[in-house]
Amino acid sequence: MTVYLPIAELSVNIFIILGMGAAVGFLSGMFGVGGGFLITPLLIFYNIPPVVAVATGANQVVASSISGAITHFRRGTLDMKLGSVLLVGGLAGATAGVWVFSWLRRIGQLDLFISLLYVVLLSSIGALMLQESVRAMRRAKNNNPLPIKRPGQHNWVHRLPLKMRFKKSKIYLSAIPIVGLGFGIGVLTSIMGVGGGFIMVPAMIYLLRIPTNVVVGTSLFQIIFVTAYTTMVQAATNYSVDIVLATILMVAGVIGAQYGVRVGQKLRGEQLRALLALLVLAVGIRLAVGLIVTPNDVYSVAVGGMSY
Amino acid sequence: MRRFLRTALLLPLMALAFPVEAQVPFGQASGVKEGLEIGSSTSEIAIASDFRGADLTIFGALTNADELFLAIGQYDVVVTLEGPKDYATVRKKERVFGIWMNTEGMTFEQVPESYSLASTRMIDSIDEAPSLNNIGVGIDHLALNPVGYIPDSGIIGEFRDAYRRLKLSNGLYQRDTSGVRFVSSSLFRASLKLPANIPDGMHMVRAYLFKSGQLINQREMPLRVVKTGIEQAITDAAHDRPLAYGFLCVLIAIITGWGASIVFRKD
Repeated sequence: MTVYLPIAELSVNIFIILGMGAAVGFLSGMFGVGGGFLITPLLIFYNIPPVVAVATGANQVVASSISGAITHFRRGTLDMKLGSVLLVGGLAGATAGVWVFSWLRRIGQLDLFISLLYVVLLSSIGALMLQESVRAMRRAKNNNPLPIKRPGQHNWVHRLPLKMRFKKSKIYLSAIPIVGLGFGIGVLTSIMGVGGGFIMVPAMIYLLRIPTNVVVGTSLFQIIFVTAYTTMVQAATNYSVDIVLATILMVAGVIGAQYGVRVGQKLRGEQLRALLALLVLAVGIRLAVGLIVTPNDVYSVAVGGMSY
Repeated sequence: MRRFLRTALLLPLMALAFPVEAQVPFGQASGVKEGLEIGSSTSEIAIASDFRGADLTIFGALTNADELFLAIGQYDVVVTLEGPKDYATVRKKERVFGIWMNTEGMTFEQVPESYSLASTRMIDSIDEAPSLNNIGVGIDHLALNPVGYIPDSGIIGEFRDAYRRLKLSNGLYQRDTSGVRFVSSSLFRASLKLPANIPDGMHMVRAYLFKSGQLINQREMPLRVVKTGIEQAITDAAHDRPLAYGFLCVLIAIITGWGASIVFRKD
């Protein structure tokens, strides 16, 4: 059964889109990631124009992050104040990102830039995850306990001015690195269509030393607002959010995520993470191949003018 | 004075020497120019989102056509359907540090987004290239003027060829060199192919009548292409009310996410 996507301007098989959404939802439930960094490349592989894939991906992340954020809010593992400071940076970053996005589109380098960013991001994250999970597997085999993290350890981040007190997180930290982190993630949201949790969570834990229990809930809080804002701005400037595509992906995604969560609780973490790492690496390599192989046609045509 | 006399004398002689009289009944001397009329059953085409392309039939008639010229096939008809005009940008990829990227580009001024042509025979055998270029009939003869100054004319040709090739391969430009058929001595029927991805907006049907390779008459008729259905309503909403549209997208996401967390709640 085919369905016509009005913004992407092509007909697709609805079951392939449903399958994609469910599979990515399943993985995101299993690993607790938003899934934007998988859905956007998959859409591009399926010939959805990158402009549409990115904007629609951001919309999809809103849905996949919301139920997690609600859970954390109920449990009280969400620092509103910290989230709001992150959000200030995030909204500014998303605005700057959409501006860069439109500019790249005008000069005809958008598709290349999106692919390049994904190749860099997916291959580095995939390699790091693989390394970490292999190390964890070895450790489990040798029965060595995890090295205990020493709390109270400070780095350069803690010497910055403009300090603020975050009661829920029980930390006293400069606003500069928080806004900066939010800004960077906001840029990635609008250019890549990701929530950015997979970068934000490690950065909050290892760089800002924010207690682990509030990190996931707080990052989800900021992701919802930044992706929702990005969806609005992309819709208003590039007209590239495909509501039909997004709805199919979201419905399949949230259902897939529920089953992913259940399976994830039963399976062993290290093997799972190694599998996800391999998947991320495979997607990155596939994108890299697309950049290197000779295209069928070196020319392309687009309606509209070109400006420098 | 003397010269005048000589010419005056020469004229009747020439009339005898060459069979000028023989041409008179078939040609201009009859005083009436050949006419061309076209008609279609509709001035508006509504296409749904499942449109897979169709044929548009245009009927036409020649008036005051010369029987002999008709009999020996000296009349040719070309019918075109030109889509709405816009700028078009062609980009070329090159390998830079092992990666294929767009390095050069050229924008053409106001070219039709779609172009469908039907003719009685190969258009290049109807008339010569320079005069076809002049009237802009035929895919190879459409005016493709680059925006801005491009010093190297070889490059312009290269991008023009690429543009035509790409447009032909994605079906937006089509030609059928046997698309115009005479159904009687003066009535013809032109079948124009409408591609599945035809742009909506104001299109223009143009008919050209050639006699012995000379354009002698032309007609045009507007044709509106309107896309219908829910998909078009969505596209219109996305472009006309982008903020409301974006808000709706976010709202659907919130409802879906929230709904799932209620439906699948364990406790």
